[in-house]
Amino acid sequence: MTAAVASVSGLRQSYGAVTALDDVTLDIPAGSMAGLIGPDGVGKSTLLAIVAGVREIQQGTAHVLGGDIADAAHRRACNHRIAFMPQGLGRNLYPTLSVSENLDFFGRLFGQGEDERAARIKDLLAATGLSPFADRPAGKLSGGMKQKVSLCSALIHDPDLLILDEPSTGVDALARAQFWDLIDSIRQDRPSMSVIVATAYMDEAERFDWIAAMSDGRVIATGSPDEIRKISGETTLEKAFVALLPEAMRKGHVEVVVPPRKVADGPPAIEAEGLTKRFGTFTAVDNVEFQIAPGEIFGFLGSNGCGKSVTMKMLTGLIPVTEGRALLFGQTLDPDDMATRLRVGYMSQSFSLYSELTVRQNLDLHAELYRLPIAERAPRVAEMLAAFDLQDVADQRPGNLPLGIRQRLQLAVAVIHKPEVLILDEPTSGVDPVARDAFWQYLIALSRKDGVTIFLSTHFMIEGERCDRISFMHAGRVLAVGTPDELIASKGESTLEAAFVSYLREATDTARDASEGASRPTLTKAPRQARRFDIMRLWAFARRETTEILRDPMRLVFAFIGPISVMLTVGYGISFDVEDLPYAALDRDQTAESRELLEAFAGSRYFQERPPAFSGGEMDARLKSGELALAIEVPPGFGKALLRQEQPELEITIDGAMPFRGETVRGYVQGLALSYFFDQIERKQGRATDPTAAGLATRFSYNQAFKSVFAVVPSVIMLTLILIPAAMTAMGIVREKETGSIANFRATPVTRTEFLLGKQLPYVTIFFLSLFTLLALAYFMFGVPVTGSMTALIVGSLIYLFAATGFGLLVSTFTQTQVAAIFAAIVIALVPSVSFSGLLVPVSSLSGIGRLTGLAFPSSWYQQISVGTFTKGLGFADLWHNFAALAFFALLFIGLAVAVLKKQEK
Amino acid sequence: MAQWFANIWRLGLKELRSLVADPVIVLLIIYIFSYAVYAVATGAKLEVENAAVGYVDQDRSELSGRILGAVLPPEFEEPQEVAADEAEAALNNSRFVFVLTFPPRFEADVLAGRQPEIQLVVDATAMAHAGNGAVFLRHIIQEEVAKFVSRKGDATVLPIDLVVRAAFNPNLNSSWFSSIMQVINNVTILSVLLTGAALIREREHGTIEHLLVMPVTPSEIMVAKIWANGLAIVAAAILSLLFVVQMVLSVPVAGSITLFVVGAVIYMVSVTGLGILLATFTTSMPQFGLLALPVLVVMNLLSGSTTPIESIPEWLRIVMQAAPSTHFVAFAQAILYRGAGLSAVWPSLVTMTVLSAVFFIIALMRFRKTMASA
Repeated sequence: MTAAVASVSGLRQSYGAVTALDDVTLDIPAGSMAGLIGPDGVGKSTLLAIVAGVREIQQGTAHVLGGDIADAAHRRACNHRIAFMPQGLGRNLYPTLSVSENLDFFGRLFGQGEDERAARIKDLLAATGLSPFADRPAGKLSGGMKQKVSLCSALIHDPDLLILDEPSTGVDALARAQFWDLIDSIRQDRPSMSVIVATAYMDEAERFDWIAAMSDGRVIATGSPDEIRKISGETTLEKAFVALLPEAMRKGHVEVVVPPRKVADGPPAIEAEGLTKRFGTFTAVDNVEFQIAPGEIFGFLGSNGCGKSVTMKMLTGLIPVTEGRALLFGQTLDPDDMATRLRVGYMSQSFSLYSELTVRQNLDLHAELYRLPIAERAPRVAEMLAAFDLQDVADQRPGNLPLGIRQRLQLAVAVIHKPEVLILDEPTSGVDPVARDAFWQYLIALSRKDGVTIFLSTHFMIEGERCDRISFMHAGRVLAVGTPDELIASKGESTLEAAFVSYLREATDTARDASEGASRPTLTKAPRQARRFDIMRLWAFARRETTEILRDPMRLVFAFIGPISVMLTVGYGISFDVEDLPYAALDRDQTAESRELLEAFAGSRYFQERPPAFSGGEMDARLKSGELALAIEVPPGFGKALLRQEQPELEITIDGAMPFRGETVRGYVQGLALSYFFDQIERKQGRATDPTAAGLATRFSYNQAFKSVFAVVPSVIMLTLILIPAAMTAMGIVREKETGSIANFRATPVTRTEFLLGKQLPYVTIFFLSLFTLLALAYFMFGVPVTGSMTALIVGSLIYLFAATGFGLLVSTFTQTQVAAIFAAIVIALVPSVSFSGLLVPVSSLSGIGRLTGLAFPSSWYQQISVGTFTKGLGFADLWHNFAALAFFALLFIGLAVAVLKKQEK
Repeated sequence: MAQWFANIWRLGLKELRSLVADPVIVLLIIYIFSYAVYAVATGAKLEVENAAVGYVDQDRSELSGRILGAVLPPEFEEPQEVAADEAEAALNNSRFVFVLTFPPRFEADVLAGRQPEIQLVVDATAMAHAGNGAVFLRHIIQEEVAKFVSRKGDATVLPIDLVVRAAFNPNLNSSWFSSIMQVINNVTILSVLLTGAALIREREHGTIEHLLVMPVTPSEIMVAKIWANGLAIVAAAILSLLFVVQMVLSVPVAGSITLFVVGAVIYMVSVTGLGILLATFTTSMPQFGLLALPVLVVMNLLSGSTTPIESIPEWLRIVMQAAPSTHFVAFAQAILYRGAGLSAVWPSLVTMTVLSAVFFIIALMRFRKTMASA
């Protein structure tokens, strides 16, 4: 043991009230396999993240690979030498991309050429037994397989420092052995490589050269496994670890002993009869049969992706059965039967509780939904908090908690209503040994005292041994069912693990032998110096984003159909041409003169006559109901007064509810009245009082026919090209934050600019193409041609798209959830683009607040370009300042996004 | 049944907690119902106001001066003189919407009865102002010329005293209209986005799967989302109506607020139902966004809250009958502006109820099928 690959000193990190690291000082030896062990939530992950350079240091120092990791320049320099595999079942993978596409993406990030990538991917897949699944989307893999892909992605660039955060959680026993063999063989080839692993499996820790045991944010012991055993005076690491824990933590820990089961009468609690599930041509579960007696603890062990989870989901009614029957309590399962659901507790493999509620609120919610009597709820929740050691985190949100604690919460939720049957899908994955034992004590008590039937899947052989009976499963089939002893005996092995591996090898024939002597990647090249800006990495992100979009044809279709449908409806629908205004007259005069006056209205194309009214009250009511746009009231004696030239009053009431329409009506009425007056004067005086002493030649420029569509169609382009691209990109980063793949941005050499531009370009391209569908639609459907410079319009649109997507990305950097992001993008963009861009109201008439809001957003600038080139026949020369403004916004938004986005996590 | 209500209550509380857990969303809701309403009501006016007028006066006579002097605020900004050769450029860059050109010897020709022509060039792309503004300018010119001529020649007395009165909004003040319509548009956007996105989020996080193994039915999950999000949105809308619209913008509300609230609740059920329905057609948030956006834009722009519903072509008006927003806008205009009562607005209420039921039932039928197969 020579120099330290990483040495930290005086590290303190706290998140809210929780102290993750409490004055940690540690030298992790180079060129060795170093392990961090300890219960959940003791700060292992935080420490690893700091060493990997993905988390900001709050207090203290950390030197990694010969430099200060807090120094951005050093991070950039050694980034490509570090590989970091974050916690969680393949959370850094892209679910719609296939296994090989995922790995290809990582290879590109590290600047590998095509041949090199292909060779490395082939080797890694062969070594991990994933070759048959190369083309399967990562999202369709089982948890353990995802972990393997995630490991491959970490190994693709031959790192000098490999940091693995609980890499084998949820991985089956066989695969785990292969996994560690793989790492060993890599280390043989590259002895200089240092590996730091956090794990909850103590048997794995035996392999490590050096171990640091952690508890409660502190390091409690370091040394080789032998030294650790010696210090504690125990024989196994598992026990040593427990012994090393401070007294308070160890309290209550007793050896797990399974008392014999009292056999109960009655039908089996759970029964599978020829249970089969097919997804298309793929058979996930193939004719599975088993019976689980009441009160029995039945274990499901199997390789990753063998159909355990699907079987369990069929037994809960979540997935419909293709063939066969699932029976609960002797009756065929009815997914809609609430009574059955009350008797079953289920825990899914991935975390499926509300991360926005606190631990206590989650428990409360389930206590109520499972119909616990009001008086029992609070005590039961308190009991669960105590039983699963959740008191300290009761008021925190689970999103911030370590995997192991989240698993405990899920367990607590699954048993809160005291179900008769528990279906638990890998309940102890990622849970530390002490907590796991506590959990088993609890399960055993449930089974033996309360007669609860427990059906669980696990990858821990030690847990398999505790089950009354277990079943080995592989590739959708049950290989064997029996008590652990029977199964061990049937293969003539000494341990359950050996028996399991033996069954598995038999079932897979020699398929897995590929891993033996597999040529592992030997293409060790001199580590590439990471460049400040690398178009390859940008391209890697852009390419990946594009592939994801193309994988989702629905999204692609919407991206084109959405703008088209908006243009079709809004283009036809928005019109300021008001005609056929309904009116009614109340003629209290009933003379020739009054009728003549009213005929003038009846003859106008602007007005449409409705049945006359007979009282003022009726007229009011009809205006109120919205039936009439205007009401004409001719007073009694109108005719006489007119003849006597007494200027009788004519009262016209218009509906002012919609001011724009009211104003238009008023204009029409005045125009109509004026021409009527001149008629009258002419008649009286026998000569024309020339109303046109001066004529007015009105020319509607740009749009002789004065049709709304010439203004609306260019405006719709303005509207759709901001709203939809902004909303799409707004989800870009935040989506990665939610799914966890943001880790790839933090842990690889990709820079903020590359990352953001890589996200931006695919969307700019898609909506740029969509622009042409809109142009075609404008020309062919609406007859609105581009009268000005087509080039100016296209260039302007392109810059506008950069501004729109830049805006979306900026929104994405400061929001935490996709809901907030899409909401923010739409809400912020809608007002300036609809109201203050010139779509409805000319910009020259906007005042104060509206004017400023409009100018501070790209839409009003692009509106000038769109309307200018379409309708006004303009080109670059007339619109140059609009181009400049758009370019400014495009740069401003992306610049701000780069500034706001942090490469390191807080 | 009691259990049904209990579950809905409980799940709804959870929904409210999720809503307030995200400060960005809370801030945006406040923004959209306060500043956005205020800005749109005061900043953007569809009726002719502050319209920019330029003029080229080659006459510089008393008459041309009088005509220009009569082009007054609030409809028009004070006319700006512009050189004849710059008039076109000024229209191109949207400095003016109208440009008047008085020919040389205009006044002399008028008095000599030679009927000279004033030229009015209108930027027809400024749709909202172009038409009405041209009509107004024509009236101003006719009136001024008539006055001028009659003063010089024989007096013309108009035969009728025309009194045009605008009911419900005497000064045709557009902030009365746009503020309330903005509130309604906000309700639409929030209802569709929040409920739909909340459902997609549950699906993406696997929590919906968890709910489906519990003694909870899809209808409970949906109704809980509707009441919780709806409550928050309707409450925000009413607060906005009372404080921003009535107090700050001093818009009088003619009819019964209670009746409006009843309608708003029914409307909210229909649009949140629509949000859930849209969510059942999509599997991820990006898909949902792409589907919901066009629906929202069309629902807001063509409901009659922006331009008169009468000016929408017949076929499209029929299509828009399927959008609850069309009925709610008609309902709200009748109550809030015209002070109409239940007897006048019940058809809108019935239609919105029917639409709510249709959306809800289709969404419910699709719910289990699409939500469980994640």
